[in-house]
Amino acid sequence: MTDLKNIRNFSIVAHIDHGKSTLADRLIQMTGTVAERDMQEQLLDSMDIERERGITIKANTVRIEYPAKDGETYVLNLIDTPGHVDFAYEVSRSMQAVEGSLLVVDATQGVEAQTLANVYQAIDADHEIVPVLNKIDLPAADVDRVAEQIEDVIGIDATDAVQISAKTGVGIPDVLEAIVTRLPAPKGDRDAPLKAMLVDSYYDAYLGVVVIIRVIDGVIKKGDRIKMMGTGGTYPVDRLGVFRPKMQDIAELGPGEIGFLTASIKQVRDTRVGDTITHEKKGTDKALPGFKPAQPVVFCGLFPVDSAEFEDLRDSIEKLALNDASFSYEMETSAALGFGFRCGFLGLLHLEVIRDRIEREYDIDLITTAPSVIYHVHMKDGTMVELHNPADMPDLTYVDHIEEPRIKATILVPDEYLGDVLKLCQDRRGIQQDLTYAGSRAMVVYDLPLNEVVFDFYDRLKSVTKGYASFDYQMIGYAQDYLVKMQVLVNDEPVDALSTMVHRDRAEARGRAMCEKLKELIPRHMFKIPIQAAIGGRVIARETLSAMRKDVTAKCYGGDATRKKKLLEKQKAGKKKMRQFGKVEIPQQAFINALKMDD
Amino acid sequence: MATEPWQSGGFGLYLHWPFCQAKCPYCDFNSHVQAEIDQSRWKRAYVAEIARVASETPGRVLRSVFFGGGTPSLMEPDLVHAILDAVRAHWTLANDVEITLEANPTSVEAGRFRGYRDAGVNRLSLGVQALNADDLKRLGRLHSVTEARAALDLARDTFDRISFDLIYARQDQTLDDWRAELTQALTYAADHLSLYQLTIEPGTAFGDRFSRGRLGGLPTEDLSGDMYFATQELCEAAGLPAYEISNHAKPGAESRHNLIYWRGGDYAGIGPGAHGRLTLNGTRLATDTPKGPLDWLRQVETTGNGESLRQSLPLKDQAAEYLMMGLRLRDGVDLAILSALGGINKNKIKWLEDIGMVETTPHSLRTTAAGRPVLNAILTELLPD
Ligand SMILES: Nc1nc2c(ncn2[C@@H]2O[C@H](COP(=O)(O)OP(=O)(O)OP(=O)(O)O)[C@@H](O)[C@H]2O)c(=O)[nH]1
Ligand SMILES: C[S@@+](CC[C@H](N)C(=O)[O-])C[C@H]1O[C@@H](n2cnc3c(N)ncnc32)[C@H](O)[C@@H]1O
Ligand code: SF4
Ligand SMILES: [Mg+2]
Repeated sequence: MTDLKNIRNFSIVAHIDHGKSTLADRLIQMTGTVAERDMQEQLLDSMDIERERGITIKANTVRIEYPAKDGETYVLNLIDTPGHVDFAYEVSRSMQAVEGSLLVVDATQGVEAQTLANVYQAIDADHEIVPVLNKIDLPAADVDRVAEQIEDVIGIDATDAVQISAKTGVGIPDVLEAIVTRLPAPKGDRDAPLKAMLVDSYYDAYLGVVVIIRVIDGVIKKGDRIKMMGTGGTYPVDRLGVFRPKMQDIAELGPGEIGFLTASIKQVRDTRVGDTITHEKKGTDKALPGFKPAQPVVFCGLFPVDSAEFEDLRDSIEKLALNDASFSYEMETSAALGFGFRCGFLGLLHLEVIRDRIEREYDIDLITTAPSVIYHVHMKDGTMVELHNPADMPDLTYVDHIEEPRIKATILVPDEYLGDVLKLCQDRRGIQQDLTYAGSRAMVVYDLPLNEVVFDFYDRLKSVTKGYASFDYQMIGYAQDYLVKMQVLVNDEPVDALSTMVHRDRAEARGRAMCEKLKELIPRHMFKIPIQAAIGGRVIARETLSAMRKDVTAKCYGGDATRKKKLLEKQKAGKKKMRQFGKVEIPQQAFINALKMDD
Repeated sequence: MATEPWQSGGFGLYLHWPFCQAKCPYCDFNSHVQAEIDQSRWKRAYVAEIARVASETPGRVLRSVFFGGGTPSLMEPDLVHAILDAVRAHWTLANDVEITLEANPTSVEAGRFRGYRDAGVNRLSLGVQALNADDLKRLGRLHSVTEARAALDLARDTFDRISFDLIYARQDQTLDDWRAELTQALTYAADHLSLYQLTIEPGTAFGDRFSRGRLGGLPTEDLSGDMYFATQELCEAAGLPAYEISNHAKPGAESRHNLIYWRGGDYAGIGPGAHGRLTLNGTRLATDTPKGPLDWLRQVETTGNGESLRQSLPLKDQAAEYLMMGLRLRDGVDLAILSALGGINKNKIKWLEDIGMVETTPHSLRTTAAGRPVLNAILTELLPD
């Protein structure tokens, strides 16, 4: 057990890609926590999908030891956090477990939207913040300008910002010293009853559920019987340890320490993030305030392309949900697509990550239907229905009004693109809340309907600003608007999986865009295919996909028979990747791509 | 013995000559460029193979012999003569036997035409490909328009029957360009023409450029459809209607050899990479040979057998091939044969009829004029699962 005054706990926070994980690498490396030969870039990003996309999805905790200039050796617990807005929840709960934050800012980019969001969270969590200017090895780094931005936009003192290159290692010793000298030591009472925060948990195939804890008061030892105050579960502690970053057993954890325990817990769902862990006997009676669980905000249907794979899909979804409490699912049946699941996600990246994992790790081809948010449908009888799926829209004669979720979006953008950004927000039914300048950059705050943002807003924002804008959002509540369900008919048959909720004023434009998109996405058939968008039986947009003109092999003689047969078999197999609607085959990506708007 | 399905197609012999002067950038045929070719060594191998295959097909009547390539017009007339002598020695030839040789229209090759005729060749198929200098160059051809015309004139004087090939839907070709070129070609044509839309084959120079996005100016699907329909219209008006997707002839002047393929007949394949289909003892066999010229040659020399594959074709595959080949013909497939092969899917046929892609007569199933250019789509519906 370590003396409180020799412990420092901190999270590393930043806008996406500003170098958090790379800084974590250097801290781990310079303190000799990991042998040189075991080092690799973004060591903590261990999931395939993290390594492939070069982003952090799960927060990671590591304990390192640092002999400081004052002659004392300190135990540092660092938490590397994700930068993407979908995983903002990981950041907020990580912050609850520590006393300070390293705020990393890419010195070539400056303050971005998630930088701001993170700072506000850190301030809310009463954190001491150490600004770190990263990537000073790059010629484009402008340390003075960025320091000034930090002071102007964020309003924190940047005179003592540490200047580093996480890539080359320059400045890392200064970071370590700053952690020790500028961040506070944790407080806690060793002799008080055990009070520990359940920071996170995940499922490990060998160990079962691994629980990450931060001890506030008291001491926890292997073999102790513990109680989760929120869920009421009681367990014996099988294993206790710390991450370095490999798991290392430890006899006990005392106040201020962060580590893990295993306790024969079967499912991640049996644990509640933010719960208070105490001893079963002589425990504390004062629970921590806890935190709100992460709520899925985006819903879509996942269906197997091959309906025979439904059971496999169920299996894979159940397994993934075991390890991801923010992902929800329930069975769904679609007239068009058969059996599948309606799943809820934190955002579109989260959706993509889960979908990728199902397709890759479980080898199931999926159809993903149009993402939707949760609408509140207020019925004339005074009840309210939560609508997760436009296909389930109740009969309009019983509906009084519909409310939709709205967000507060913060966008930072260089002046020259401001006009495009305002236009985009306006087109998406945004209401401007604020517009301020910091140097040549504008900070715009908009109140926007989530359904206009959820899908391709971020892509559009990046493309109209050539990648120079950054974006963050928070849910703010529900508001009534004139919303309708738009159906799509392909070859005169409604395809429920393409139904969406839209604002009445935008329905024509949306309908037209969707019909045009589908016309590109559906391959030509031997006959022409009308594609229509309709509201309650009234057609508001129409396109016609003309019949196939030419698809024949020019030459086919004796020697070609075998090879040509293989080609045709391939073409036939390709059709299996599509779903049949009446006589029309729709490719699996069409369901989601039909919604991508070009402007 | 009851008649077997192949008999309505007849029996033919395909001989593959695997060498060319240069490799054309679009071509994925089994063709190789080689400086020295010992033609007498090849002669021995072909003759030996003819004897072997003939011993398996005693009593059959040959309806056709086809020298394909590669560039068979690089064969010495002597070699062709020896081969045809062996053929005549081992099989009975039909009275109206068709003996075709594929030729490239350079002047050197034209010099051998008379020798081929004297060896027994009675039909020449010339690879003209294009009638303008720029396109011939882009297609990597070694001949000029003038040479092609001279070769055609000479061929017409030398052989009973001639045909020539053109490739259209080329890079940057417009509909009007093609109409003009085809109109001109029809004035040179005798009674048979093969008109192929350029196909970009993987593994060729064009295929490679295409996959790197470096092959521009290819027609859109709509333009290629327009060109196809213009081709039908002009050829029909000139008295050379299409009897197959890419082949046009005066009635009666169809290529008998190719009809064997399209009607599901039997054919022996001799030479490197020559496929065959033979019905022996009631079993339909697919045969193949090594593709590499030297591999084939050595195998024949050392083992006395040029085959590298012989397998019986399941009924399902036979039905698939019969549909794939037969529906290329204007006259379509024989329903009795298709039914014997278990290849009839009544629902699909009915649906394709409803949307105007195929039509049936009491005895046959065939594509409509609208269905023929989208045959692949029709086939993916009709092929057995
Ligand atoms: N030149 C240079 N590149 C750096 C430096 N620090 C990080 N990078 C690069 O910046 C990219 C992003 O780095 P990460 O460490 O993955 O960033 P992150 O903040 O953890 O990203 P998320 O977890 O996705 O939010 C990588 O390509 C790093 O190699 C630096 O100091 N100099
Ligand atoms: C076996 S090939 C070659 C015959 C002969 N060596 C010649 O080039 O003239 C027969 C015909 O196929 C056609 N052909 C070859 N490759 C083609 C392609 N990629 N696309 C369309 N037609 C092709 C040409 O018209 C060619 O004349
Ligand atoms: S097109 Fe003819 S000449 Fe050209 S490579 Fe192919 S076979 Fe040889
Ligand atoms: Mg990271």
